Order: sequence, then structure tokens, then C-alpha cells
Amino acid sequence: MNLTLKIWRQKNAKESGSFATYQVSDISPDMSFLEMMDVLNEQLIAKGVEPVVFDHDCREGICGMCSMFINGEAHGPDRGVTTCQLHMRKFKDGDTITIEPWRAQAFPVVRDLMVDRSAFDRIIQAGGYISVNTMGNLPDANATPIEKHDADAAFDAATCIGCGACVATCKNASAMLFVSAKVSQLALLPQGQVEAADRVRNMVHQMDLEGFGNCTNTGACEVECPKGISIENIARMNREFLKASITA
Amino acid sequence: MSSKLNSRIPEGTISEKWTKHKGSIPLVSPANKRRIDVIVVGTGLAGSSAAASLAELGYNVKAFCFQDSPRRAHSIAAQGGINAAKNYQNDGDSVFRLFYDTVKGGDYRSREANVHRLAEVSASIIDQCVAQGVPFARDYGGLLDNRSFGGVQVSRTFYAKGQTGQQLLLGAYSALERQVAKGRVKMYARHEMVDLVVVDGKARGIIARNLVTGELERHSAHAVIIASGGYGNVFYLSTNAMGSNVTAAWKAHKKGAFFANPCFTQIHPTCIPVSGESQSKLTLMSESLRNDGRIWVPAELEDAKAIREGRLKPTDLPEEKRDYYLERRYPAFGNLVPRDVASRAAKERCDAGYGVNKTGEAVYLDFSAAIVRYGQEQANLKNMTNASEVEIREMGTKVVESKYGNLFQMYEKITDENPYVTPMKIYPAVHYTMGGLWVDYNLMSTVPGLFVAGEANFSDHGANRLGASALMQGLADGYFVLPYTVGTFLADDIRTGTISTDLPEFDEAEKAARARFEGFLNANGSTPVEVFHRRLGKIVWDKIGMARSEAGLKTAIAEIRALREEFYRDVKVLGGMFEMNPELDKANRVADFMELAELMALDALTREESCGGHFREEYQSEEGEALRQDDKFAFVSAWEFTDNDPGKAKLHKEDLVFENVKLVTRSYK
Repeated sequence: MNLTLKIWRQKNAKESGSFATYQVSDISPDMSFLEMMDVLNEQLIAKGVEPVVFDHDCREGICGMCSMFINGEAHGPDRGVTTCQLHMRKFKDGDTITIEPWRAQAFPVVRDLMVDRSAFDRIIQAGGYISVNTMGNLPDANATPIEKHDADAAFDAATCIGCGACVATCKNASAMLFVSAKVSQLALLPQGQVEAADRVRNMVHQMDLEGFGNCTNTGACEVECPKGISIENIARMNREFLKASITA
Repeated sequence: MSSKLNSRIPEGTISEKWTKHKGSIPLVSPANKRRIDVIVVGTGLAGSSAAASLAELGYNVKAFCFQDSPRRAHSIAAQGGINAAKNYQNDGDSVFRLFYDTVKGGDYRSREANVHRLAEVSASIIDQCVAQGVPFARDYGGLLDNRSFGGVQVSRTFYAKGQTGQQLLLGAYSALERQVAKGRVKMYARHEMVDLVVVDGKARGIIARNLVTGELERHSAHAVIIASGGYGNVFYLSTNAMGSNVTAAWKAHKKGAFFANPCFTQIHPTCIPVSGESQSKLTLMSESLRNDGRIWVPAELEDAKAIREGRLKPTDLPEEKRDYYLERRYPAFGNLVPRDVASRAAKERCDAGYGVNKTGEAVYLDFSAAIVRYGQEQANLKNMTNASEVEIREMGTKVVESKYGNLFQMYEKITDENPYVTPMKIYPAVHYTMGGLWVDYNLMSTVPGLFVAGEANFSDHGANRLGASALMQGLADGYFVLPYTVGTFLADDIRTGTISTDLPEFDEAEKAARARFEGFLNANGSTPVEVFHRRLGKIVWDKIGMARSEAGLKTAIAEIRALREEFYRDVKVLGGMFEMNPELDKANRVADFMELAELMALDALTREESCGGHFREEYQSEEGEALRQDDKFAFVSAWEFTDNDPGKAKLHKEDLVFENVKLVTRSYK
């Protein structure tokens, strides 16, 4: 396959960026999208052009590092995948593909397609944990049975990879899906009950401080989420938040 | 035993060693801990859990990772599960059995005392994780579920679908972030350790490159913990993450830390086969799939050929024309033999011409029997006495999906084939490295004050790691071993005060690092780093891979040396030093892989026996099984870097003493 790529190039956070157009040839449909980017970069280096910088690591859809906005969609046209799991068989010979970084005030561009998502870490720091130190003598893991339905629902929420596709997709750049996934996971488990009220208040407060937008229930985040995190989690977080506000 | 190696194994019977040792380690009071700094490099399971636990105790911790967040470390990709001797299934498990299985699985090349400690603390790990909110799989009674892994005959593996590593790492990450919020841990993301600083013979700091600005930074501490993972990417294609590298460990090696058993690398039997030249990495299909999947190739060469040429479909081949070769060769363990055995058996069949994909390097992993079995079970549960075949398959598919859904989805996205309908194609791939920096019982290297945890050390898995044991070891080291054992070194540092970064040792290390980076930029060659890495990987895979020979290893050493020379002469790295420059970082990593590769070959050449993942063609039984030479090679190879040349490394031997597990030929028949 031969493709035309329009890629966002930006030297660093301070300078402004612009699109550059490149041609790339000899792309096999079995390649992953990032392998196509590797081919492009090798071709650019050969020509003396600095390669395109992008975040990537595990290349199996679990680390959450890759983050490309492809033809107007977070992680591109396929569903339920990250950019590294997107394959070139989803494109046609001769296509023009536009590739941008995540766009959100809370995710400043570091270079080219790479953004700074440390806001997510700070939201977790605000309360995305259970306050238990390392101890050799905690209660036995089976001391508290957890209903399978709740355990499974907590697991589903916990599979969020923190990639930020939800923010990039949302017209308000809201982080509600990310925050609610962690709030839900811990709210569904008995171990998370003790700190539940403080947790939801503090995490939502930090989310607002970071400059993420509000949720207006368009549901785009759920559609683009590579892990299928449900917006039911947002509803659950809103209930938790209301409960915490009333009982405070 | 070499005079430079003191394994510091405590006295006493095997089951008393750890308890007695813990009780004898000098304590550091909370007030004094606040005056002690500890650097942790890497934030995977071992690094995150160590950083969080040490900060909880009161130490000042600085944690480093090259990714944009500690949550991205490659432990996140571990799929299948974590072992623990809980015996929840009442199937005869115990601390001793976990210890025994691990020593045997490692083909008797690990240190008994370390492995026993690992088995002892395994149960606490599960308690800790559940308390943190890790959502392990549960059964309908609300209690924890278990499954079985290779090389064992009990069900002791705890799991969270095919995302166990993710859930455990997010647990450790949340504990870490809690300490970051308290100011007990200072987190340095997008930073890479590029050298170790040794002052008066002790590890007292690191030089780190800020990957965003390109600046070289000096960080001092009273002790340094390396938890930077394994070196599987020396093979270029592996199941490791793209950024996984040996640099932190290798730089420590060059500063005096011995490197142990570098040739012990694990080739995992069930990965998605290589599809093309531009492939950048390989994807694992969890070993847990071998609980329910049956591995086979066609029994007749003509059928294999027909399948390769697309004239025959695997689903059309009747049972009697299939060769379930693991079940045939190893009836006692069947599809759940250890990884090294399963990998070699797949290679043997493919080398003999029975491979089932275009390249001839793939075997089938088939779930049809499991789908029918689970479907029948569901029909029985629902009292459906006349369930049709279609209904049974449908219900069975749902059960399989609930167990392995994400893995099947990954497979389908990569290969464009539906594994519920047609069997998966799999082939062995590089997955884990048992070798690593040599450590004593306290996990301290030969450089005082330098500790090594998780995959980066060599300690617990011998010549072959059993499935679901890496997560156990990483968290054991970080949560339950290091928090105690760092005291053996740090108790002497309560009056030392802050280590200055103006010391000449920091100057020298920073200058040397800077010169290295400038060397890559000024080489003005014509070949990108990636091309060198790919060529290196091919040498290592072909000659230091699943089968090794004296002639092949000698050729490999010559080829690696030549490639290294060419690399420094002809590498092309664009851009500058003081900016974000991933190509420059990659050049620095590949340079270290090129040196490590030679040491791997040297180690493999020296070890004239076959054991675990190390298979020397000259040493095999008539049936093609590995032949150990216990009288000559029951030792750990610990290599000392000398003469600024990895090929001149000096071998030190730590003799392995087996008092509790009898040295016998490993048999899974």
C-alpha cells in the first residue's frame, strides 16, 4: 500500500506546531499502525528529516501509552483497540491519513504526537487508592467474600488503561470516564467503602483543578474507549458524589 | 566459591532461615529513616511495590521510570496470573510444594534459600493485593478462584481474566501514588538512568537523562535499587515492551556489579507467530490458555503441507490424523509441561516439517474440545437434556470468552482470524530473562548499597521460570523482602547525612555519559539505530536462542564484535542532545545490548550442559531431552566486567547446594 500522511509536527511545548505531509510506500496490510509509523521514520531518517515523535511502549494494547488521533478518531477507525492494535488492513491503498496528538488543555503537547498526561497521575494521587500499608499480617484474602457480580463489575471498571482517549474524544475534554472508572472500581468493593466519600470528593476536585471539562452525556467517550469502559460508571460516580455531598 | 561472592544465606533449616534472619536485621528508627534517601529505578511490580513500601516505612524515596507514568511499566502486560501457596483448592498445595516445584521447574539452577522465602511470602502477597482492591476472579460463593499453570499439578494461580499483571501493577501504582501525594516519594517520570555513581565503593547515586529536555541530572542517595526488568529485547523481537532495556543493569555491571547466568533466557511456547519483516514486537498468548487449549500439528507430512498451501483447513482434519505431541510425549503433565519443554517440542515438530503456517513455524492451540466440554457442563447445569450441538457450542463459547475474552480479542485483531472457530496458531518467542545482576540473600549486588529486584536480578528461577511466578517474585521482592533487607546496609548510614552531588564521582559519571551521547550524535553514519538492533537480534535469535552449539556461539561472538564496531562507526542519529530525542535514547540502549549479547554468548559457551532454557545441542538425551552435568555445572555463573571489554569478563562461581530438594533428572512424563 502507498499512503499520504498528514502529521502534526511540533518541536516542543512552547513553539507552535503545524501539519507536514509525507508519502509512505510498501506498507503491508498485516502491519500495525505503529509499524507503519516505524517505516515512515526509517524513511525520514534516510532523508535526513527528524523522525516523528510519538508515545508507545507495550504494543499490545495494555500500557496505555500510545495516543494518536487518526482521521478525527481517538485510536483510529477500529473499535475496542488502541493505536498499536490498529492494523493497516483497516485502510486502503492511496488513502490520506491525518494524524494528530490528543487535543485537550489538560494534556499539553510535549513533542509532535506526544502529550503530557501527568494530570491523570495527580487525580489518582488525590484518592485513587485504598489506604493500606504493606503488612505481612492482613486478614486472609478469603475473609471477606465478594459477590461475583460486584467483583466482575469492579474488574470491568479497573481495566481502564489511562490512555486518555475519552478526554481526546470528548467535545468538552472531560475526564469523567477515567475518574469514574477508578471511583467505581473501589466503590464496588467492600475494601473501598471506608474512604469512599473522601475519595470521590477529592478526585473530582482534582479533576476540576486540572482543567478538564464537564460531562454533557454525549457518550462519545464510551464509543472510543479501547477497553469498553461503560458510562454507567459516570452515573455511579455522580451517585457517589451526591451521597458524599449530602452526608458531609 | 569465589572469594568475591558471599551469598549470605542464613544458618538454620530451610523453613527457619527467613524468620530468623528477619529477626536479626538491625532496625533503623523512624527518625533516622527520614534522613536516609533511597533511589528506585523502574516502576514495575518490583519497583513500585518497593518504592511504596520503603516510603511507608519512612525513607525518602526517589523513583524513576522512562515512561510518562509509573503505571505504564511492562509488568502491566503480564496476563495469566500469580502463584501463591494458599491451598484454597484443598488439592495438596503447601509452601514446601511451591518451593519444590520452583526449584525443579528451574532445572536445579536456583538458590534453595531464596526460593523457599519466595514460597513463604507468597500468601501475604494475595492478602495485600486484595486489601488494596485488586479485583481477582471470584467464584459464585464470592471466594477467590484459581487456575493451573505449567510444571505443576495443583491449582495455585490467582488471576484477573487475562489482565492479572495490569491489576497487580495498578494496585502497586496506587500505593506508590499515595506516597507521592504525601511527599514521601518524589516521582521522576520520563527519566532514564544512564549511569550508576559509586563513591568509596558504595552505590550512592545515579545519572539520569531527562527525556523531555535531554538534560543529564545527578541524583544522590544512600542506596540504589534497580528494578528495571529483563533484557529480552536483546533479541529485537520479543514480548517485551519497545522501551524495555538493559541499560540500568548493564551500567551497574560495568561499575562492578556481577552479571549472573546471562544465557538463561526464556522462550515462551505460546506467542503469535512472526508475520513479516517489519514486525516490531511479538505478542504473548497467556500460558493459562494451556489449561483449556490442546496443542497439535498434523500427524502426516502431506497434511501439514496441504495446510501450509491453503488446500486443507485444520478443522477438517479428523482426530486420528492429529498429533497432540505434548500429550503423547509427556502424559503426566500433557499440555501443561514447563515452558522450556513445550517450546523445544514445538521447534522439534516444526523443524521436522510439521509447521502449519506459511513460514512453517507455527503449531495449533485448539479450544474446540474445551468449548464442547464447558458447553455440556452448562447444559447439565440448566437441565437441558436434549441440547443441540450448536447450543452446546454456543454456551461453551461463552464460558471460554469469560475466561480468556481479552486474549481471544487480541489474537483476532492481530491475525484477522476467529480463534473460537479455527484453532490459534502459535510459536515460541522470547519472553523473560532468568539471568540478571547477581544478588546475595539480601538482594544486594556485589556493589555494596546496590540492590536489585524483580526480573533484573537472577535469583529465584534458575534456568527456567514457571508460569505465574514472575509476578509473585516481583511483588515478593518489593513488598516483603527489600523493606527488611535494605536495613542490613542502611543501618550503618544513619549518621552519614545527605550525599553531595558535587563529588568528583558524579562529575566523572556525568561527563562520561555526555561523551557517550555526543559520540552517537557525532558518528555521522548512514544507518539508523533500528537496523543495527534488528541485525543484532537476528544473530542472537539464530545462535543464542532455542538451541545453541559451540560452533554457533563462537560465530555469534565474532559477528557481534564486528557489528558493534560497525555501529559506532556508522550509526546515524539526527537531532540534538538537549531536546526530546527518542532515537538518541534508543542508540544508548542498543549500544548496551550489543555488549550484553557477547556476554550471553560467552556464558552459553562456558556452560557445557543443557538445563532449562539453555539447550546445548551437544548435551541431549536420545529422546532429545536436556542433559544436565551436575558434577561440573551446579553453580551460578557470575561475571565480572574487566578490561573495558565484555568478551574479557571474568567468571566467578557460586556453588549451588541442594539440601532439601534432591538433584534428579527432571521428568514430566
